[in-house]
Amino acid sequence: MQIGRNWSFRITAFRMLLFAFVAIAVAAALYRFVYGLGAVTNLSDEWPWGLWIGFDLLCGIALAGGGFSTALIVHVLHKDKYLPIARAALLTSLIGYIIALVSLFLDIGRWYNFWRPFFYWGFHSVLFEVFWCISLYTTVQVLEFGDIFFEKVNFPAMKKILGALMTPMLILGIVLPSLHQSSLGSLYIVAIDRLYPLWWSMIIPFFFVWSAFFLGPAMVTVEGTLAARAYGREPEMHVFESLTKVTLWMMVIYLIVKIIDLVYRGVFSMAFNGSYESNMFLIEMIGFVVIPIIMYAIPSIRTKLWGVLTASILVVVGVIFNRMNVVFTGMAKAAGGSYFPSFWEWMITIGMWSALVLLYCFVVENFPILSKEDHVSHGHDFASKPGIHA
Amino acid sequence: MSKGVLVDVTRCIACRSCMVSCKSWNDLPSIPGGFQNNWDAPGKMDANNWTVVNNYMIEDGDDIKWRFVKKQCMHCLEPACESACFTHSFVKTKEGAVIYKPTTLNQDYCVGCRYCMIACPFGVPSFQWDKAFPYVLKCRFCYDRMKEEGLEPACVTSCPTQTLKFGDREELLAEAWDRINKNPNYVKRVYGEKEYGGTSWLYISDVPFDKIGFRTEAYGKPVTERSIPSLTWDVLKWTPAIFFGWGALLTAMRAYTKRRAEVHDESEMYAPVDPKE
Ligand code: SF4
Ligand code: SF4
Ligand code: SF4
Repeated sequence: MQIGRNWSFRITAFRMLLFAFVAIAVAAALYRFVYGLGAVTNLSDEWPWGLWIGFDLLCGIALAGGGFSTALIVHVLHKDKYLPIARAALLTSLIGYIIALVSLFLDIGRWYNFWRPFFYWGFHSVLFEVFWCISLYTTVQVLEFGDIFFEKVNFPAMKKILGALMTPMLILGIVLPSLHQSSLGSLYIVAIDRLYPLWWSMIIPFFFVWSAFFLGPAMVTVEGTLAARAYGREPEMHVFESLTKVTLWMMVIYLIVKIIDLVYRGVFSMAFNGSYESNMFLIEMIGFVVIPIIMYAIPSIRTKLWGVLTASILVVVGVIFNRMNVVFTGMAKAAGGSYFPSFWEWMITIGMWSALVLLYCFVVENFPILSKEDHVSHGHDFASKPGIHA
Repeated sequence: MSKGVLVDVTRCIACRSCMVSCKSWNDLPSIPGGFQNNWDAPGKMDANNWTVVNNYMIEDGDDIKWRFVKKQCMHCLEPACESACFTHSFVKTKEGAVIYKPTTLNQDYCVGCRYCMIACPFGVPSFQWDKAFPYVLKCRFCYDRMKEEGLEPACVTSCPTQTLKFGDREELLAEAWDRINKNPNYVKRVYGEKEYGGTSWLYISDVPFDKIGFRTEAYGKPVTERSIPSLTWDVLKWTPAIFFGWGALLTAMRAYTKRRAEVHDESEMYAPVDPKE
């Protein structure tokens, strides 16, 4: 499909399906706005937050962590070998935040008041910090992206202004997400005595921001491989492989701090008490932290595309699993009652993530996001070896 | 002076007058569900039922005791709902009532995010799930009666057994301990004296509190006596320091490593992909 002279978007059967999901979600969202949350969701007084906050918001923002960790590595530490993935990471992060904001908007009951927190100085609320940082950071990302936008849409004056703003924006673009990634964890400090002690901790903000950070490189690996497959390109294997060092050490520190925290609070033994919560906790820590650490540590695994990809998928799933444990598993006993997302909650979530994929495709096909192919092939080219094309 | 109510569980006969008067004073609709004559199913507070009376049977060998417990918002001294709300839609008034500004003071700032519901340690605030523009509702300690007409809360007035006693919290607390000390049947504890920083509504009982629906311990430890706002503040207070400290550190690192980095023309590095299939 040609849209005007400069824009194009290919329509495939798969993309039609995604469009259909988006259309269903939009219809369901309209219905929700007219008839209220009770009409489309299974939320209740016991479970005031469900799939949209737990998954779309908490996980969406965490998965967008690739944006700020890559920005830190590339633009602050100037590790230039990671430049090829920088823009793709920024893009996914931006779309992730837009999804999160849209789902927040859907989820709040009195949505016409959504701007109130900007003007009400509720600084004693964690949510206040989250809200401000997320909104500001999304703005920063839009501006950063503007820099790319005006490479395509020729408008030199704008490009110049944005260029001058680049350094402060980059710094803000790391500070703001560091703050709100951690505050998303701090949101659960209020759940003392209710959130299961294996997850509740005064340093839960640290765990949230740290895991969002090490999730970044893993996410870049997964989406880089997906994009490479979708567009028949070479995966940027050398980048993926050297990123594993970052993830590996950060995960080791995460594990150590986690253990120290549990021991310090005297709840370490709860991990082995055989309860549902303790089992979920062990799956989370062993399956999605210890195993990826081992895989990243073994050279013969991390230098192969399948190895680095499998480990990265485990890390990504692990962080989602962790957020789900905090929001659902850990709260279940105290909340009482039961919650399972309704059909329409699922459909709206699916629609939202379909929109993410479509947006991503549209942008990379029309803007200079992915590196030019000849830039990819320099460096040690693992992926060109036969048998590694997944 | 901050007001409170002392609830003496030993005196309640479960007539539910308080539930009825709460409904009629506050114009709450009577919808089947929360308000029915089912003695076995514990009622739940919701947006239309700000107070419920539940019954508990406590068996101690052959000794069987029935106890009835009225529940409503505890009106915490440092309310979690107030500190959690980023539009400050809940406020602890100097009279002691924790009120929701959109409905009580007509200051409609609430966005309906329901974080207050996550934050409340007693699971009190309830949402109007069936409304397009729902409010968060809960017992308001009859703030309007207290403030404008100098009256006791509706539920207190209608209680025929003096289970509920309205007064200054400090005096009620002293009276509570007085009753406990004079009568060995009472449990030596005033629920609400210290829990989560203390509450304006206080309970005394002759059966253990954990048998009548109060949380006394959580996962093997006594419930915390620190207020929830003070816990969050312990973390939040670091925000400005992290903002400026981390920002300065990053700026310095960026300047330091830049000198050593090569210069790239970014517009040469990237290109739109060709969607080949
Ligand atoms: S009991 Fe809950 S709703 Fe009532 S004042 Fe305390 S925190 Fe707020
Ligand atoms: S639902 Fe309303 S009152 Fe509750 S925290 Fe959100 S904005 Fe505040
Ligand atoms: S104080 Fe007023 S609002 Fe609260 S339960 Fe009693 S009658 Fe209802």
